[in-house]
Amino acid sequence: MTVQFTIDGLEVKAKEGEHLLDVARRHGIDIPSLCHHEAVEPIGACRVCLVEVRSGQKTTITTSCNFLVEDGIEVHTDTAEVRKHRAMNLELLLARAPKSDVVRKLASASGVTRTRFEPLAYEPLPNCILCELCVRTCDMLGHHALTTVGRGDKKRIGLPFNKPSDNCVGCASCLSVCPTQCISVKDTPTQRAIWGQKHDFILCKVCGAPVITKKHRDFAISEKGLPEDYYDTCEKCKQSAASKRFASVVW
Amino acid sequence: MQAFKTPKQLQAHRKKIIESRPADRKAIAVCAGTGCKAFGSLSVYDVFQKTLKSSGLDKKWELRATGCHGFCERGPLVLMFPSGTLYQKVKPEDVDEIVEQTLVKGKTIKRLTYQDPVTSKWFRREQDIPFYKHQHRLVLKQNGMIDPTSLDDYLTIGGYGGFLKALKMRPAKVIDEVKKSGLRGRGGAGFPTGTKWEICAGTKATQRYVVCNADEGDPGAFMDRSVVEGNPQSIIEGMLIGAYAMGASKGIVYLRQEYPLAVQRLGLALESAREAGLLGKNILGTGFDFDIQINKGGGAFVCGEESALIASVEGRRGVPKRRPPYPAISGLWGKPTNINNVETWATVPLILDRGHKWFSSIGTEGSKGTKIFSLVGKVNNTGLVEVPMGMTLKEIVFGAGGGIPDGKSFKAVQTGGPSGGCLPESKLDTPVDFDTLVQEGSMMGSGGMIVMDESTCMVDVAKYFVGFLKFESCGNCTSCRDGLQRLYELLSDVCEGRASMETLDLIEELAGTIRATSLCALGTTSVNPVLSTLKYFRDEYVAHVKEKRCPAGVCKSLITYTIDEKNCNGCTICAKKCPEQAISGKKKKLHIIDQQRCIKCGICKDVCKYDAVIVA
Repeated sequence: MTVQFTIDGLEVKAKEGEHLLDVARRHGIDIPSLCHHEAVEPIGACRVCLVEVRSGQKTTITTSCNFLVEDGIEVHTDTAEVRKHRAMNLELLLARAPKSDVVRKLASASGVTRTRFEPLAYEPLPNCILCELCVRTCDMLGHHALTTVGRGDKKRIGLPFNKPSDNCVGCASCLSVCPTQCISVKDTPTQRAIWGQKHDFILCKVCGAPVITKKHRDFAISEKGLPEDYYDTCEKCKQSAASKRFASVVW
Repeated sequence: MQAFKTPKQLQAHRKKIIESRPADRKAIAVCAGTGCKAFGSLSVYDVFQKTLKSSGLDKKWELRATGCHGFCERGPLVLMFPSGTLYQKVKPEDVDEIVEQTLVKGKTIKRLTYQDPVTSKWFRREQDIPFYKHQHRLVLKQNGMIDPTSLDDYLTIGGYGGFLKALKMRPAKVIDEVKKSGLRGRGGAGFPTGTKWEICAGTKATQRYVVCNADEGDPGAFMDRSVVEGNPQSIIEGMLIGAYAMGASKGIVYLRQEYPLAVQRLGLALESAREAGLLGKNILGTGFDFDIQINKGGGAFVCGEESALIASVEGRRGVPKRRPPYPAISGLWGKPTNINNVETWATVPLILDRGHKWFSSIGTEGSKGTKIFSLVGKVNNTGLVEVPMGMTLKEIVFGAGGGIPDGKSFKAVQTGGPSGGCLPESKLDTPVDFDTLVQEGSMMGSGGMIVMDESTCMVDVAKYFVGFLKFESCGNCTSCRDGLQRLYELLSDVCEGRASMETLDLIEELAGTIRATSLCALGTTSVNPVLSTLKYFRDEYVAHVKEKRCPAGVCKSLITYTIDEKNCNGCTICAKKCPEQAISGKKKKLHIIDQQRCIKCGICKDVCKYDAVIVA
């Protein structure tokens, strides 16, 4: 079913069951956010993507990433209330991740350049804003190597039972989605160190560059049914081989 | 217990049981609720059992270990039927005398009866004691009358009458009955129960669930615990009625594992209900299938929030999820799920049995029926009180509660658990119902009620509750997780004399964002203690900030202990008790506290008989 409503006065249509943030972005309306990624389910962690939703007599401030669109609502993305609360949440995040460029930029766009709060007393992973994108991505990819540990002010991202996880294949997807890039991944030409473990790389049979970790290849081949030799060569060498093949056929 | 194959069989058995147990039969009810048990009521029960047997009185007197009577402070409680005589603080060595004097000769033992600490009056009968007199006990009353492990006992007091009546109605009619009664959820939010049932029943689904939320987590609150421990069959009956009305075949009780007695008693009750054919396949031959399982919660406060509860039952972390979709549409494993609190479920059978008109005649326009409160703190009579909706805070605190002990004056009452607001004396005439409490900046919550006297520092209280909630937050939302952490730091600044007036502004600003932008009710209500104390006790905050003074003499950083020249007669007791040897002075001479050594523990003040220790 289609629903129809307005965002900042613009008439928009969306499918029932869609989330407001996705619809807004599709229509070119920018709502800042830190914990949203289109590949995973929204959880509304960062509380930055706030909007004001008016429905009948009721006006509520809400996060847009996990708000299911409704027919006839009136959405405002830039009211005084929204700006005020977004700025406060960004100030809290800035105190948590003072060195993160992304957080600093977003905060300063909201007029927050310094924080009135003290540095965090408990900081197991500096600059982590607990958006859980790493955990959600790891789960979505089927690895389940990461988790959140504890709750409240002691919540952190970690490994189950604080031990290097057998499930981690060293794919570093966690880092690739991390908005503050706070996850430590160290690559050498032959090895990757991540989450307390070292993973050997498969090296490209042509150029010798690292292709993928061995564990990741085994997972991909057994779970995704890729051909055994799929990761023998790196993407670059695969491309140049393909273009050579292509050239020989065309000319 | 025989398995009943038809409603008629059950009805016949009920009739037989009720007839065989006349209302005026002699019985002794020893409270075996958690509070009385802790006071040793089980040994009292054992001695009663032996004595009755050896004296042959066990034929005449029925002995029962019952659920909580509510007056926990005075335990172990022994109540006698039909006279209504209540003995309190009974010890095993008192039993012989009770048997001889009261059971045989019919005499009252005065020292075991209740004496009102305020008026010094003695009371023999339970119903005359002010603590009980001000109450209107519908749910709790049954607790004191029955042995929670006996299904027959429950039948005696009219149990399963509501379910039998429901079976004669169409499910929609049952929902209608609950709707008309005006019953609102007792878990805190106060959503109309019948409407919730209707939404759940209106979904298209092959599988529906009913859930009993028994994850009671408010510090100092034990209403649900007492009902599960004292009358588990009433919850089963309520859930049966709900399941029948909504077409659910599975029920789950989410019960704290910290309540071992509740887990055990509910387990026993489920077994006996199954044996009697009241749970399982084809209940009473009606073709209705329903069974209940217990899910033990791990003790996270946030799991009382329904979406977190669902996650926990499904085996995931107890983290709340955004609603809608509401559980009534998509709950456990994506199926329509109706979640009600213990008290709500226990009230349902009464409504079906006695009718919606009877129920809605109690209470106020918007809030019907009664509500159980856990009345604790600086109040003479602590325990569980069940009062009609709309009773004023004053009647509860000063009527049932008997006022403030030790001649101190009332300061505030916090309703609604850790995230409730603190209401001052000027709000004591507030009627206690769902809507008025919210208007005044507090809430009904699940029924916690903490009374505070003049010796309580309101900033310290706010800090305490924020500290509890920051620890219990699931940590999902920035506003709640980091916000409460920062709020705690700011309140600590106030309590420790580091704050400025800007700190108070920041507290208010931050609290506003936590309230407006957190996902679940834990976050949005968490700032009530802060905002309500700022509103009603702002001068106390200002005294901390501007004068660096704690008016109640609680915040250690802002107080000093000194000895008053005039009152000190040199008895040396303070010097002897001081753990830091900070007090010096010769016998019969003025004593002095070394401020460098003093850790402000307050022991000297507590032990001084001459009021010579001054806190300023």
